[in-house]
Amino acid sequence: MKVRLHGTRGSYPTSNRENEYFGGATSCVELINGTERIILDAGTGIIALGSEEYYKNKEFNILLTHLHMDHIQGLGFFGHLFNPNNKINIYGPSTTYESLYSRLNRYLSPPLFPIPFRDVPGNIEIKEVLNTELIIGSFKITSNFIVHPGPTVGYRVENQGKVLTYIPDHEPIMGSMEMFDDDDWLSGFDLAKDADLLLHDAQYTSKEYSSKVGWGHSSMEHAAEFAHRTGAKHLLMTHHDPLHTDEIKKRDFGEFMDNHDYDFEIGLAVQGSEIQL
Amino acid sequence: MAAHDIEVILSRQLADCLSLPIFIVGPKGTLLFYNEPAEQILGKRFEHTGVLEVDEWSKLFRPQDDKGNTIPPENLPLVNALNKRKPAAGSFWINSLDGKSHKITVTAYPIIGRARKFSGALAIFWKEEGEV
Repeated sequence: MKVRLHGTRGSYPTSNRENEYFGGATSCVELINGTERIILDAGTGIIALGSEEYYKNKEFNILLTHLHMDHIQGLGFFGHLFNPNNKINIYGPSTTYESLYSRLNRYLSPPLFPIPFRDVPGNIEIKEVLNTELIIGSFKITSNFIVHPGPTVGYRVENQGKVLTYIPDHEPIMGSMEMFDDDDWLSGFDLAKDADLLLHDAQYTSKEYSSKVGWGHSSMEHAAEFAHRTGAKHLLMTHHDPLHTDEIKKRDFGEFMDNHDYDFEIGLAVQGSEIQL
Repeated sequence: MAAHDIEVILSRQLADCLSLPIFIVGPKGTLLFYNEPAEQILGKRFEHTGVLEVDEWSKLFRPQDDKGNTIPPENLPLVNALNKRKPAAGSFWINSLDGKSHKITVTAYPIIGRARKFSGALAIFWKEEGEV
């Protein structure tokens, strides 16, 4: 399974030179096994996948973690939605009353978007997930609700014996740096257990986190401790704060690594990079 | 053991932050957690009590009415919230594990998450005013 990172920025896209190394597109990850592909999240990173040259399939599976704008903003500009010969399955978290279609339609309709969702030419099927297991081709996928404001799931994707876990927005414990001792009290634990690659929220430094408690995001310390507790083999920190330039990210990450010693690989997610699992 | 449902995890996070005694059980009534303020009334740290089944904890504190009659488990607010999946409330006496007797008032509600998944129940309780 190849993991391609098309969007690693959190909150909103950036396009300045100071952010270009880690990238300015918001959350989107593509998983590839031969001719099979699935897409995790539809931030502005998904727009790059929209050309027929890049993506020759006629069926697309897009799995949304949640409906904050940095995870869906690219959906309306994903070119394949506008081809009537295409089938697009969009998965996303269920909630108690309002359907996923209705919630997506709040963005994909005037006045926020020029075309009503119902008029998008592609054959779109909306599928709601809870704590769900599903199979898409050779991908076995598990979704679980995790701690983040609003209905939000993380995904565990298994393929050919390898596991990718994707939890781009997550605040595993609110207002504390100490997680509960027991693993079964740890949000997202089952998703990330023994993952070969964990893509996890690490938007803040611990100092920044102290003034953003309850915003739904992790510090680098949270992300690393979560990876340690779950036994993940490789952590890539993602959902980079848009105010963090490349220079700031490298500096903060360097300081973090100087002060922590974990026995697994840790890095920062870079837009455009590819990891082979 | 699979991780608890997110609604239960968040309930514990809330309980950890409050000075109000809180008692959390799973969908089958298994005691999962009570917080530090609850420990003051129940008379034992949660770490020392550990996970208990509903048949155990519902009798452990020997709940009694004002006349000293034992209250059967099915009449306790938390058991009611579990069985009927509706909020329930009541006042009664308990014997804490350090040998003290307290009159407490309990409000319990079922933890029902998205898609109406039932994940357990939570009880908030406090000592009656003037009770010593």
